Amino acid sequence: MQISDLERVARQIRIRDLQAVFEAKAGHIGGEMSAIDIMTALYFKVLKVWPDQPKHPDRDRFVLSKGHTACALYVTLAKRGFLPEEEISTFLKPLSRLNGHPNCNKVPGVETNTGPLGHGLPVAVGMAKAAKLTGAAYHTYVMTGDGEMQEGSNWEAISSAAQFQLDNLTLIIDHNRFQQGAALTDTNNLAPFRSKLEAFGWDVSEINGNAMAEVVPALERRSTSGRPHCIVAHTNKGQGISFMQDKVDWHHKVPSEEQYKIAMAELTEAL
Amino acid sequence: MNAIDTKPKLHDCRDAFVAVLERLGAENSKVVAVCNDSVGSSKLGGFKAKWPERLVNVGIAEQNMVGVGAGLANGGLLPFVCGASCFLTGRSLEQVKADIAYSNANVKLVGISSGMAYGELGPTHHSIEDFAWTRVLPNLPVIAPCDSIETAAAVEWAAAYQGPVFLRLSRVGVPDLLPAGHKFELGKANLLRDGDAVTLIANGTLTHRMMKAADILASQGIEARVLNMATVRPIDVEAVVKAATETGAILTAEEHSVYGGLGSAIAEVVVAEAPAPMKILGVPGIFAPTGSAEFLLDEFGMAPAAVAEAAIALIARKKTRA
Repeated sequence: MQISDLERVARQIRIRDLQAVFEAKAGHIGGEMSAIDIMTALYFKVLKVWPDQPKHPDRDRFVLSKGHTACALYVTLAKRGFLPEEEISTFLKPLSRLNGHPNCNKVPGVETNTGPLGHGLPVAVGMAKAAKLTGAAYHTYVMTGDGEMQEGSNWEAISSAAQFQLDNLTLIIDHNRFQQGAALTDTNNLAPFRSKLEAFGWDVSEINGNAMAEVVPALERRSTSGRPHCIVAHTNKGQGISFMQDKVDWHHKVPSEEQYKIAMAELTEAL
Repeated sequence: MNAIDTKPKLHDCRDAFVAVLERLGAENSKVVAVCNDSVGSSKLGGFKAKWPERLVNVGIAEQNMVGVGAGLANGGLLPFVCGASCFLTGRSLEQVKADIAYSNANVKLVGISSGMAYGELGPTHHSIEDFAWTRVLPNLPVIAPCDSIETAAAVEWAAAYQGPVFLRLSRVGVPDLLPAGHKFELGKANLLRDGDAVTLIANGTLTHRMMKAADILASQGIEARVLNMATVRPIDVEAVVKAATETGAILTAEEHSVYGGLGSAIAEVVVAEAPAPMKILGVPGIFAPTGSAEFLLDEFGMAPAAVAEAAIALIARKKTRA
C-alpha cells in the first residue's frame, strides 16, 4: 500500500471511530485520533498478520497498552478483516465483546488485555524475549500514551528490554502532550523522552506520528545493535478534527450533534 | 502407627518443586523460569545451571516479572514465574488480575515462602493475604500443597493444565502425608483420616498439624475427619457439604489471615449449602509479631493441642444446637 492509500484508510478509520464514539455516547476520541495513523500503518503496511488465523505463531505482535483507545483498534481490526465491520455498531452496548478496553479472549487480533496503564510494555517485553528464546522471527510492537509513561512498571520493562537486548521490540510513545486531566507539562512532565530512553540503552527515533510518510519507515526500521527501538511519535490529540485538536477536554468528551456534523464534514472533506 | 509420632523427616517443598521443574525442563524446551532476583530463594540454581538462557531474571521488578511472564506465554513458552509470595501477589496484584487471570495466560505463578515462612522478617514479608487476593480472580486456580509429594504432583498437574495457576509454596519443613505416586486433582480434597465427630480441614503447612490434633482427639475417644484441601479455588463443594452433613461441625486452620482465605471459602459453602457450626483458625486479623512460622502458628492457637481443644469446644456447640 502506498502512503496515499494508507492516508485514505486512516481517514476512513477516523470517520468510523468518530461515528462509533458518537453513537455509543462514550469513548476516548482524542487519543484515538492521535494514534490512528500509527495503527493504520501497522495493520495495513507493517505487521505480518493473518486475519483468518489470528493466533498464527509467526504473526507480528501489536499491544495497545493505551487500552482506553480500544475503539480505534476495533475499527482497524475490523477493516483489516479480523472481525465483521458491522460489529463496530455494538461498541459499548450491553454484552458486546467490544467493551471500553480490549479483551484478547473475545476479540480476534487482540494479544493481551489492557486497560490499567503500564501493563502493555512488560507483556511486550515477554513476547519479544520469547521470540529470542525460540528463534521466532516475529517483531513485537507496543504503543503507550505519553501520560502512561508515568507508570513505574514501564521503566522496569524499559530497563529489562535493554538488558535482554531486545532489538525485536519497538515501543511507540503516542506523544500527544495531553493526559486525562491536563497537559503532560502541567502534570508530571516526563518529556523529553529521547534522552531518558537513550540513557536506558534504547535506540530512539522522533517522528511526526500523524505523518504517514514518517510513520511507515520508523515502524519498519530494524535495529541490529541489540538495542530495543523507541519511536517518540509527536502527535496531536484529536488529530483531523479542528476543534478537538490539542484540547484536553477531548480526552473522553463526546461530540454533540452539531459538533459531530462539523467533525464528520472535516474528515469526509479530507477524504 | 501414625508416622507423625515418630519424628518423621521434614521436607522443604521447594525441593520437590524444582525437582519436577527441572525434569519438565529437560522434557520440554518451552519450560522457562522467571524470577525477580530470587534464584536462591526460589531454589532455581539447578535450573539456571542447566539452562541459563531459560532462566529469565528481570531483577527486583515484580510488576514487570508478571507482565513478562504473560508475554512469554503469548510467545508459546511455558513460564513458571517464581517469587516470594508476598511480593508476587501483593506488588503485582493488578498484573496478576489483568495480564494473567483476565487474559487467561498460560502462566504458572509460584509463590515461594508464603504464609509466615519469613516470620522473623516481620509483616512486610508475611504473605497471609494471598489466598484472599488471588481466590477472587476468575480463571485462576489457587493451590497450597501440604507436603513434598503433593507439591510435586501439583507442579506436574500445573504444567499440563492449559491456563493460569497460582501455586502457594512454603519453605517451612513438613512431613510427607500423601502416598507416593499421589496424583493431584484440581478442586478435590484428600481424606486423610475418617471420623464423624468433627471435620478438620487445612492445607499447606497446617495439614500435618491437623493430623496430630486428630491423634490427640482420638486419644480422648473423639474421631475427627481430616481433609487436606490444597485447592482453595475452586473449592471442593462436595467434600465440604459431606463434612458438614456427616460430621456436623468444621474446623479450619491456615497460615493466612482468618479473613478471606481457606476458612472463608469453606464458610461460603457451608452457609449456602449445609449450615453447621465452624471455627476458623488463622492469623486473627492483625499484623503478626516477630517469630518463626512455627512459633507464630502456635501463638495463634494452631498447635495440635490447641486445635484439639478448639475442636472439642466446637463439638460442644454442635451438641448444644442438637
